[in-house]
Amino acid sequence: MERVEDHDIKAGAVQDLDGYQGALGGLTRREFLSYCTGVAATLGLSSTMGLRIAAAATAPARPPVIWLSAQECTGCTESLLRAYHPTLETLILDMISLDYHEALCAGAGHQAEAYRAQSMKANWGKYILVVDGSIPTKDGGIYCMVAGKPILETVREAAEGAAAIIGIGSCASWGGIPSSDPNPTNAKPVRAVLPGKTVVNIPGCPPNPYNFLSTVLYLLTFGKPPELDTKNRPKFAYGRLIHENCERRPHFDAGRFALEFGDFGHRQGFCLYKIGCKGPETRANCPAIGFGDVGEGNWPVGIGHPCFGCTEEGVGFTKPLHALAKVKTYAPPSAFPAVDATKGQGVSPAAVAIIAGAAGLAVGAGAMALRGMDDNAASAVDSSHDSKQ
Amino acid sequence: MTALAHRPLGGRILTKPVFILGIFVLIGAYFIARRFLFGLGDVSHMSNGYPLGVWVAVDVVVGTAFGCGGYAMALLVYIFNRNTYHPLMRPALLGGVFGYTLAGLAVMIDLGRYWNAFNLLMPWYAQLNSVIFEVALCVMAYTTVLWIEFWPVFLERMPPAFKQRFNLEKLQAFLKRYMFVFIGLGVLLPTMHQSSLGSVLLVMGSKLSPLWYTAWLPLLYLISALTMGYSVVLLEATLVSRAFRLPSESALLAPLSRIVAGLLALFLVIRCGALLAGGHMDLAFAGDRSGNLFLIETALFLAPLFILASPTRRASQRLRFLAAICLLAAGSLYRINSYLMAVNPGNGWIYFPSAPELMITIGIVCLEILLYLLFIKTLPVLHGSANESHGRLS
Repeated sequence: MERVEDHDIKAGAVQDLDGYQGALGGLTRREFLSYCTGVAATLGLSSTMGLRIAAAATAPARPPVIWLSAQECTGCTESLLRAYHPTLETLILDMISLDYHEALCAGAGHQAEAYRAQSMKANWGKYILVVDGSIPTKDGGIYCMVAGKPILETVREAAEGAAAIIGIGSCASWGGIPSSDPNPTNAKPVRAVLPGKTVVNIPGCPPNPYNFLSTVLYLLTFGKPPELDTKNRPKFAYGRLIHENCERRPHFDAGRFALEFGDFGHRQGFCLYKIGCKGPETRANCPAIGFGDVGEGNWPVGIGHPCFGCTEEGVGFTKPLHALAKVKTYAPPSAFPAVDATKGQGVSPAAVAIIAGAAGLAVGAGAMALRGMDDNAASAVDSSHDSKQ
Repeated sequence: MTALAHRPLGGRILTKPVFILGIFVLIGAYFIARRFLFGLGDVSHMSNGYPLGVWVAVDVVVGTAFGCGGYAMALLVYIFNRNTYHPLMRPALLGGVFGYTLAGLAVMIDLGRYWNAFNLLMPWYAQLNSVIFEVALCVMAYTTVLWIEFWPVFLERMPPAFKQRFNLEKLQAFLKRYMFVFIGLGVLLPTMHQSSLGSVLLVMGSKLSPLWYTAWLPLLYLISALTMGYSVVLLEATLVSRAFRLPSESALLAPLSRIVAGLLALFLVIRCGALLAGGHMDLAFAGDRSGNLFLIETALFLAPLFILASPTRRASQRLRFLAAICLLAAGSLYRINSYLMAVNPGNGWIYFPSAPELMITIGIVCLEILLYLLFIKTLPVLHGSANESHGRLS
């Protein structure tokens, strides 16, 4: 396969970026390029890929995106609204053409539906389909109706003409809350209702916006999804267990655990494994990139709440919140050695004999030296001290 | 004072004591070789909890205090201009030379990565906030200064033809002219690092028992180094004059004892005053190990003070000697207590020196005595001013 990094970067392709000043949501050319380079770094690509991403994102015809919402809470959209480099409006107004999104589109009702139909027809086979929320399938999908039509049908119809399909959020990826027992609507993840199609999953409740943005820009740049794992999650974001990069990991290894909320260990920032942290069985980059662009440590475990496993199928919304995680690296022993166990080496008979010998020798030598002193010295000495003479 | 004032003692070198000491030196050398072949763990009980073992506590901390004879005498003779004590200067200096050189040797044995030690001398690696760095640099500098101060002794002994051939007379003249600089350094450097040995304990914080921990530790270490230095001079002068039947230095030693008594009183006032002010005196009578150690140590400090307080007792050679022994024992116990026995790093760490570890320390001490005997027999160290017919000098 030809490596995308091998393509020559045509300088001319990005030269007219200066013309975009002011058009890029207020970003200067420099800010925009550094954003694209940052995205390349997030994806683990070389820095020259930033230029390609910039060229793709500023191509005259912006790729259309159709965003369908099924049984969801709009948390994924809320999360996207809190992306700041760049802001969401830069993405949807300047990089992609968000032709349909219930929460964000300008139009409403039949007008919006008509525009979606028109866009899908015009861009058949070229648009990106994003779905958030799980799909109810019971009773023909009547539990989630949009514009008088079950969302199940709308999704199936839109998927036929999509160049790529992204399921965003835990509901779209594995069913999430709507699919939890007893699952009254028989809610299913997007890939379950689209047999034979590749659905890129960006799980999380909500997912980190940069995992989504990076995936979209990768699709735009290379025309194919990034490398995926067995559950169709991009490996750059979901390749590692949270446990592996967790800032509380040293406490786990040392056996220092919080045993209940607010106890000494919890206040000290100890490991949250014993109050149900699912980090040891959940794959995500949460400890590495954090949330909200306010610096490191801003993620559930960082602020003292156990991870509940939203990015892992069969963990989040399935396992009890405070049940012990199944540790995938290695399980800690149930008992650790006490910190005050005796360490070091103590007294030995030989050592005592040597010290006693040396002390005895010193005392003996001192006594021998004292013997006979003052005998010949006629100097004035207290007679009581000369009794041995 | 003529150049003949200091003379080599002469006599046989391979005597019975030399053989006995030699055996212990060889045993020590065997374990030192093991330490360098198989590592620290092979011979030592030191651990992460007790990184400072008996080599540091005894060979360095106690050893340099014993070596402070030269420092204490230099302070008295050159700074306070009490030239009457000059005959005691060279033997005290020799004690200092060996005390410090062998403390340096002990440190090189003790250092886990001794091959990195040269980095101490690289200015760009200097960590100026480190107490240990100050101690290390000062001890190295002082050892060098001690050897320079002692160098004229070698020069005096050399045959004139040899000196002429290597132009050493020029060096001799240079040393004579600028010796005051080295003497000045020789007083300044121990003042710095002996107090820093106390500062090392300040860094230990709560690991050290409150009976020893006080903000006055640096001053207490400085005063105890001085008293121990003078005691070593008292001890050496008495022992050497008796063993080699030299005239007694009583006329010098009795007034010197008065200075020791004064310093000792000052030490005890600060030591107990700090304890009372800190409200930790009750720990002394708690009946536990550190309390009892404190009581033994204080009794050993009080005994010489009692002896040396009265002029009649100071005049007695026997009592003076006894006081010097008590004081050296007290000072040594104070230092070993504060560096080892009163230290509890917590978390269940224990330490007691292993037999090989102790044999290395004993070997080094024996080497010190051995070299001392060798030097005073072959080099002009001791003073043979009067009554030469009494001794072996004739």
